Amino acid sequence: MTEQVLSPASPPSPVPGAPPVMRRRRTWRRFRRRPMAMAGLVLVTGFLLLALVGPFVTADPTSQDYAATLSPPSPGHPLGTDDLGRDVLARIATGARTSLQAGLVSTLLAMVVGIPIGLVAGFYRRWLDPIVMRLVDVVLAFPFLIFAVGLAAILGPSLRNVIIALSVAQLPGVIRITRGEVLAIREMDYIPAAVADGATDPYILFRYILPGAAGALIVQATVAIPTAIIGEATLSFLGLGVQPPTPSWGVMLTSAQQFLSQAPWLAIWPGVMIALSALGFNLLGDGLRDVLDPKEGPR
Amino acid sequence: MSLLEMTDVSVGFATEDGLVRAVKGMSLSLAHAEILALCGESGCGKTVTAMSIPRLLPAETTRLSGSITLDGRDLTALSEAEMRDVRGKDVSVVFQEPMTSLNPSFTVGFQIGEVLRRHEDLSRAAARARAVDLLKLVGIPDPASRIKEYPHQLSGGMRQRVMIAIAVACSPRVLIADEPTTALDVTIQAGVLNIFRDLRDRLGTAIILITHDLGVVADIADRAIVMYAGRAVEAAPVEELYARPRHPYTVGLLNALPTAATAAGRRRLAEIPGMVPPPFTDPDACAFAPRCPRAEADCTAARPPLESHGASHLAACLHPVAAVRTGATP
Repeated sequence: MTEQVLSPASPPSPVPGAPPVMRRRRTWRRFRRRPMAMAGLVLVTGFLLLALVGPFVTADPTSQDYAATLSPPSPGHPLGTDDLGRDVLARIATGARTSLQAGLVSTLLAMVVGIPIGLVAGFYRRWLDPIVMRLVDVVLAFPFLIFAVGLAAILGPSLRNVIIALSVAQLPGVIRITRGEVLAIREMDYIPAAVADGATDPYILFRYILPGAAGALIVQATVAIPTAIIGEATLSFLGLGVQPPTPSWGVMLTSAQQFLSQAPWLAIWPGVMIALSALGFNLLGDGLRDVLDPKEGPR
Repeated sequence: MSLLEMTDVSVGFATEDGLVRAVKGMSLSLAHAEILALCGESGCGKTVTAMSIPRLLPAETTRLSGSITLDGRDLTALSEAEMRDVRGKDVSVVFQEPMTSLNPSFTVGFQIGEVLRRHEDLSRAAARARAVDLLKLVGIPDPASRIKEYPHQLSGGMRQRVMIAIAVACSPRVLIADEPTTALDVTIQAGVLNIFRDLRDRLGTAIILITHDLGVVADIADRAIVMYAGRAVEAAPVEELYARPRHPYTVGLLNALPTAATAAGRRRLAEIPGMVPPPFTDPDACAFAPRCPRAEADCTAARPPLESHGASHLAACLHPVAAVRTGATP
């Protein structure tokens, strides 16, 4: 309670004896107090809404209107039309869906495969760790995009293959972060304390080490999602990803190149969308990291 | 028959510089509901001795010989899986660091409950109810709401009580407490010691207390073993040890206790000159001889054996201090 006396600005900590405030609600309250985190949440929510609802309320993203090609924003086409007279708003909305799939599914795949590998490698250091980490080093020696481009080129252009390429390219990062967390947490005093209580290795891994690593992994995921979104756009831009006429922000940027002087909005809208969605996930991730860590104490 | 019997246990650690012999031929026995103190300076082997019982020493580098039996069952012969069933149930440990020995990701109620679910197959609800009882047992006020709190919401003294609650959850036969009060301030120390005494009285738990604080020893232990350089140098019931210490090392430790006279500045706090011998050497001599005011030529000729100096009083010294002493009493 001396804490309160010393720093009157901090809100009173829960009074011992009073029923403790629900943990989830307290977390939300702490989150709400961070403007950047809230901005991230708004951006991500907008992105999700656009991807999930947008395609149902906008025009057909593939119907062409040769009477109105490259038309600037107007009431009929709020974001204008492209060189084939297709509605840019509809293509942005459907492109959001492509980005969301690429971002979420590839990150999820990388996490599902990478976290167990990282946990086991960090915990059983004697024989598995050196092998896994040298493989990780080999993959990390390639820049992320070069590696993804190479994989996508081998697998062939399609959304599914983009997702596979991106998740494989994300994998070493996930493994390395997980392993690093395991190495740090296994030195904590509460690990031998758990051993002294008769805990088995799997129990320690999943009840003691994984929850401790969760904060870092959430941050890693929120860095991985925008990276994958940008990665998908890049692969599609290069023609290695989603193929026309399926809308993708990267594909839209490719075709916008030729009309940069006549119809700059064709490049601006997908570019802004890529930037905003990536920014949104990053801000959200930073906020979550600050708020989710139980070691931070009530704030 | 005693509850725990340790016979001629030696523990070494394989290092790059060779085998470090931390404990050399320790024997001890622990009776039901007895509080035994292991005392001595840092590095004398007291923690290693105690941690060899639940086998909590690093398995790859530890070289252990001798036998450790609990209720006649040889713990050194158990498989790792069998040992896990012993840890936390028959033998449990309270560690020195209350601030960091709890899992920060879960509530204290969950953590008390997990050892019950592990060893006694209790349901979540039953484990929760027992957790409340255990927190009450270790003197935490308002246990029903405390079990929902996370370790960071508790003070050091409360965390240490939670650690003790976890350790005694399954009513262990033997509780090992490694410097349980070192990190706590004096008033909380007294409270924690009372909890130990209370547990012994109520549950019949035998306690091995590892400490360098002879004040704590005098407060709650029944018997004490003084260790020096990996060996027991003196063992006696606590009153006997304080009234008639025979080994010069024990006398030195007792003289190093602050008293009213030293606190008032009338007498300088006595220290034992010299340093603990390095763990690589093990000459056939009294290890304390280089620092001993009473050492004579025969002290370095052969290692003095532990010999009886009165009823249940053992000391390993060729030139013991006279039995009558009018010095500091506890």
